[in-house]
Amino acid sequence: MSSRHIISLLMENEAGALSRVAGLFSARAYNIESLSVAPTEDATLSRMTIVTVGSEDIIEQITKQLNKLIDVIKVMDLTEGQHIERELMLIKVKAVGAGREEMKRTADIFRGRIIDVTETTYTIELTGTGSKLDAFLEAIDSGLIIETVRTGASGIGRGERSLKA
Amino acid sequence: MREFLTVTGQTDYPPGFTNELICSQFMEATGAEIVVRCLAEEGVEFVFGYPGGAVLNIYDEIFKQNKFKHVLVRHEQAAVHAADAYARATGRVGVALVTSGPGATNAVTGIATAYMDSVPIVVVTGQVPTPAIGMDAFQEVDTVGITRPCVKHNFLVKDVKDLAETMKKAFIIAATGRPGPVVVDVPKDITYHKTEFEYPASIEMRSYNPVVKGHSGQMKRAVQMLLEAQRPMIYIGGGVVLGDAAAQLTELATLLGFPVTNTLMGLGGHPATDRQNLGMLGMHGTYEANMAMQHCDVLLAVGARFDDRVIGNPAHFAREQRRIIHVDIDPSSISKRVKVDVPIVGDVKSVLTDMLALLRQAKEKPDAAALNAWWTQIELWRAKNCLKYNRQSPIIKPQYVVEKLWDVTKGDAFVTSDVGQHQMWAAQYYKFDKPRRWINSGGLGTMGVGLPYAMGVQLAHPEAQVACITGESSIQMCIQELSTCKQYRIPVKVLTLNNRYMGMVRQWQEFFYGSRYAESYMESLPDFVKLAEAYGHVGMRIDKPEDVEAAIREAFSPALKERMVFMDFQTDQTENVFPMVEGGKGLSEMILAEEL
Repeated sequence: MSSRHIISLLMENEAGALSRVAGLFSARAYNIESLSVAPTEDATLSRMTIVTVGSEDIIEQITKQLNKLIDVIKVMDLTEGQHIERELMLIKVKAVGAGREEMKRTADIFRGRIIDVTETTYTIELTGTGSKLDAFLEAIDSGLIIETVRTGASGIGRGERSLKA
Repeated sequence: MREFLTVTGQTDYPPGFTNELICSQFMEATGAEIVVRCLAEEGVEFVFGYPGGAVLNIYDEIFKQNKFKHVLVRHEQAAVHAADAYARATGRVGVALVTSGPGATNAVTGIATAYMDSVPIVVVTGQVPTPAIGMDAFQEVDTVGITRPCVKHNFLVKDVKDLAETMKKAFIIAATGRPGPVVVDVPKDITYHKTEFEYPASIEMRSYNPVVKGHSGQMKRAVQMLLEAQRPMIYIGGGVVLGDAAAQLTELATLLGFPVTNTLMGLGGHPATDRQNLGMLGMHGTYEANMAMQHCDVLLAVGARFDDRVIGNPAHFAREQRRIIHVDIDPSSISKRVKVDVPIVGDVKSVLTDMLALLRQAKEKPDAAALNAWWTQIELWRAKNCLKYNRQSPIIKPQYVVEKLWDVTKGDAFVTSDVGQHQMWAAQYYKFDKPRRWINSGGLGTMGVGLPYAMGVQLAHPEAQVACITGESSIQMCIQELSTCKQYRIPVKVLTLNNRYMGMVRQWQEFFYGSRYAESYMESLPDFVKLAEAYGHVGMRIDKPEDVEAAIREAFSPALKERMVFMDFQTDQTENVFPMVEGGKGLSEMILAEEL
């Protein structure tokens, strides 16, 4: 039984650290749906969020193998408990004629923000779970999409649950 | 010999001092000096290497020191293999030094070999100067990138100030936890940049804290389970050897009276001549070991990883119900291929010591009646005598050569092997009673390791008997090292089981490919006797079974103690390794040798 897991990890913010993680996933044929990484408030640390799909056995191996990497400090499977997940999408769409107002209304419904405007286009910023972003894409006419860019999920535990070095 | 001075804490230089002045005044060290001094601080005895452009500064410093000996190999692969064997035979960290580009890529096979068998080595690779990195410079490769999947960890040193600390980390990481190879990539400009040198006594790494002690609750559960067993089995792997836990393991087995089987890497972890030892298990394991493994009800796995060559098909293995206790230092080895009931993460020696104490305190004893019945069953399996072979053959049987080697060396030699049939015969017929005596490439299965392995072992143990059991195909993969043996007068004894075939390939082609022997026959073999002589060694060709023992006795005689001897045994071309579990089959589905 495969299921989707969000794995958070803290690692040394060093050159090559990202490729150790990416290399591990490809070498052992694990899935990566998305991977996002940036330094934390402590610049010596990077925090990474990996979305992956696998059976319980595979996920157990993934967390063990990640823990084995020398640069990795902490690993947590967020999906084992209460958590919050967000992804950012920037989407550039055609916005002309009657469709222009319609596009703004749809963006409002999804709590999107228009962050760049030309006579013929909008660029909309949208935040939410991956499925919310998918829903927005389905709600608009696909012919109007010029380009999209998504960050991949970031996740954090709810309440007291936290990942600390 | 120049005396090294360590000056630390000097940070503010008077104005007008040039770098050279500061250097002479405060004894700053160049990166190259630092590398050499770090190796000396670590107590390194041998550095196996090959010079080249990017490491010339380091070699210049090696020239000026006498703390350790540099051994010049003839190919970088052999440098890493020799360092690897040194580590396997001594338990200390082996060291290799190679140049950038092709030096590093040639080293990769050696690094991957050490990685698969968890051997602690540090490989220092030269790199092009930092400003040239990424410019496709002469002899540039992304060494850190290429080696990443086959090292425990690797480093690219970008600042000479980080060099000493990086070297310290490399040695700590290589030797602790589950050991493994560490690569330190040193750009050439770093080797002439200068800084103050201080070698740290130890280093804390917040991201690296290997577990040592086992979980006490789990160990209690394990001991209880062992005492309840009706058909127990102890299955030990390379972790027992690497973790220096053979004594504790043997004590535990003796105390319990349980049967023991070793993996290929675990040979010597429990004495092969002990009655409780059922021999090696797995694809070419003994009938009794494989049957007992399949049919036991409680399995204690120690420092082993249930790999494909050991348990065959995991689904078939799971058909029989058994409870499994798994002791390993690497959590990711546990429940990887086989689900276990009691995982114990920790240093094998520490865990076994604690379990021994618990066993001694326990009021219960193992169920003697059940154990007796189990041993009766095992003896029936053992009575099949699965390792028998035709001793009347007029052609030399390879097994016979290994048996005679065991006789002549009184079972006390260090034996290295290459990969293939000869490796399996060595494992089956040389009864290893001590750990670290059997040196082979188990995980990666690297042909060509045998001779450089023997070199590394012999240098580590100059007085020991060192034999390399090899085949005529494997030996040719690193044959150039005969030259290194000449240079350093390394008196290893090579026993080539020459059947003019890549024997294991031929065996599989016979069994599974309708005897279509595609490219597995070795034509145009050299005259190994003349080849050995060309390198200044002693060559022998042995054609008849009755000459086997005399040849081995002569090779190991005091007269040839200082000489490298190459024995070319013309063995039976049709001999196969039995028992055999086909790939994908279950452990108890063995092909045995035909009735003889």
